[in-house]
Amino acid sequence: MRRGGPVTNEQTGTVRATRVSGVLVRSAIQSLFEQVAAEQERQLAALTDDTRLIDCGLDSLSFAIIVARLEDRLGVDPFSSAETTDFPVTFGDFVRLYEGIAT
Amino acid sequence: MPPKPCPLREAIAAAGAAAGRLYGVRGTTELAGLAHGSSLGGRLEELRGRSVLLVVQDPAHAALALLELDGVAGRLVLCPVDLPPEQLPAVARSAACDVAVVDSAERLAGVDGIERCVTVGPELEPAAVGRAGSHDTEWILLTSGTSGVPQLVRHDLATLTHALADARRGAAPIVWGTFYDVRRYGGLQILLRALLGGSLVPAAPGEAVPAFLERARAARVTHVSGTPSHWRKVLMSGAAAAIAPHYVRLSGEIADQAVLDALRATYPGAIIVHAFASTEAGVAFEVRDGRAGFPAALLDAPGAGVRLTVRDGTLRVRSAGNANGYLGGNSAAFPRGPDGAIDTGDLIEQRSGRCYFLGRRGGVINVGGLKVYPEEIEAVINAHPWVRMSLVRSRRSPITGAVVIADVVLADGEPGGAPPSPEELTRELLKGCRRSLAAHKVPATIRVVPGLEVSASGKLVRPNA
Repeated sequence: MRRGGPVTNEQTGTVRATRVSGVLVRSAIQSLFEQVAAEQERQLAALTDDTRLIDCGLDSLSFAIIVARLEDRLGVDPFSSAETTDFPVTFGDFVRLYEGIAT
Repeated sequence: MPPKPCPLREAIAAAGAAAGRLYGVRGTTELAGLAHGSSLGGRLEELRGRSVLLVVQDPAHAALALLELDGVAGRLVLCPVDLPPEQLPAVARSAACDVAVVDSAERLAGVDGIERCVTVGPELEPAAVGRAGSHDTEWILLTSGTSGVPQLVRHDLATLTHALADARRGAAPIVWGTFYDVRRYGGLQILLRALLGGSLVPAAPGEAVPAFLERARAARVTHVSGTPSHWRKVLMSGAAAAIAPHYVRLSGEIADQAVLDALRATYPGAIIVHAFASTEAGVAFEVRDGRAGFPAALLDAPGAGVRLTVRDGTLRVRSAGNANGYLGGNSAAFPRGPDGAIDTGDLIEQRSGRCYFLGRRGGVINVGGLKVYPEEIEAVINAHPWVRMSLVRSRRSPITGAVVIADVVLADGEPGGAPPSPEELTRELLKGCRRSLAAHKVPATIRVVPGLEVSASGKLVRPNA
């Protein structure tokens, strides 16, 4: 069971499991976008950091599902965090939102 | 008006040696003993005409006490076993209780206004049985109000026995088993049905399902009642085969097709009945065809003793089994409409001549402005052969306000073959939901969990949506 939430090891001072998660978070998000698009029978645009979420082919229900599943997988919901004031606009914003709270 | 029912003690004593038994965890009581014995230590007369608070843990002891108190107490307040102790003072105050029947005086900590306290014994001891019934006892039943504060619902013996006209002593002895708390409406119906026509094995608080089934087997139980959640526990217990009832009854929650089918397969010889009742509305109907929902023909049927209608989407019930109202400051909240019918708050959908329950009006989840009834989704999930039960609930969503998520409990070994992995099962369930439900009703996430919390009253504990 892989959990990517902020895990610290107090003794060794090492490794939040998510320090490498720059890549992990991004790939988790990428694959969830693809999975939910397939479930919702929606055509997903090619995802780059500049892809605007509004143009990526998913509707708000799809995003709600992605956020709920990321909360299960990563243990965090950056949208409900006090530091989050702006909703992400691009796919890159969305990924950074999760990376930001995880590192 | 039908004749006034005679007080319970007299009705049971009249059966003489044919009166049944009450099977407790600590022993069996012959009800014929009520003719010349008491469980109240000879102190019944002290309770005559008073407002009696009944706080007793053991359901068999509580049952004996209330059989004795009917027709004697002015008012009888039945505290369910799961009533939080901190709510007891308010209940006693609202019902102006001046005496109490308890199993331990410690239960009255913090309760004011009680002048006398009578301790109920586990057995009927020989005692002078005083005068006959002198009072039309007002029975106060508590509902588990969703706001957390119980409503005090007023009944009397006539309203409580309205649906029991068929509960007559037959040729073969009837032995009821029930998972219900006999101090709540559903359980009290079974208690009255059982003791006016036979015997009763009530489940004890905290009693494990296999232990209860073993007691039921030993008592040669013929009729068993519980909520669908109780029955799912039986089906998951591995001990369902301990009993072979002739009659299986479900009420208190929506009986979906999956649980009805599973009971049919487990008890092929039994009549499987699901009924609808509420503390306020009384018994509305019972259905024996093994199919979820109920026939639309029951609605607006002329001349029926129980008149059922659907108005503003919810089921309304008018009958002589309706409660008389709420006690205390909240009496205006009693859900009786201008036509005299009780609004159950249960939403009905009609499809092809059949009425189906969608869920509680208050239990709706709002997903991006669209309504979702958890029970509708649970029915789809529960249809999967590897699912025993499920709970659909709301999770706050920053995107749509809420999404629905589901917790599922696996069936144990019945469908044959190896169980699917949680990932496979989740995938299959999502696929099934997408096939039969609108997109906003499909759970965003599904978790396989070891169990789900079922309240003492036998209903799935639903977090407030």
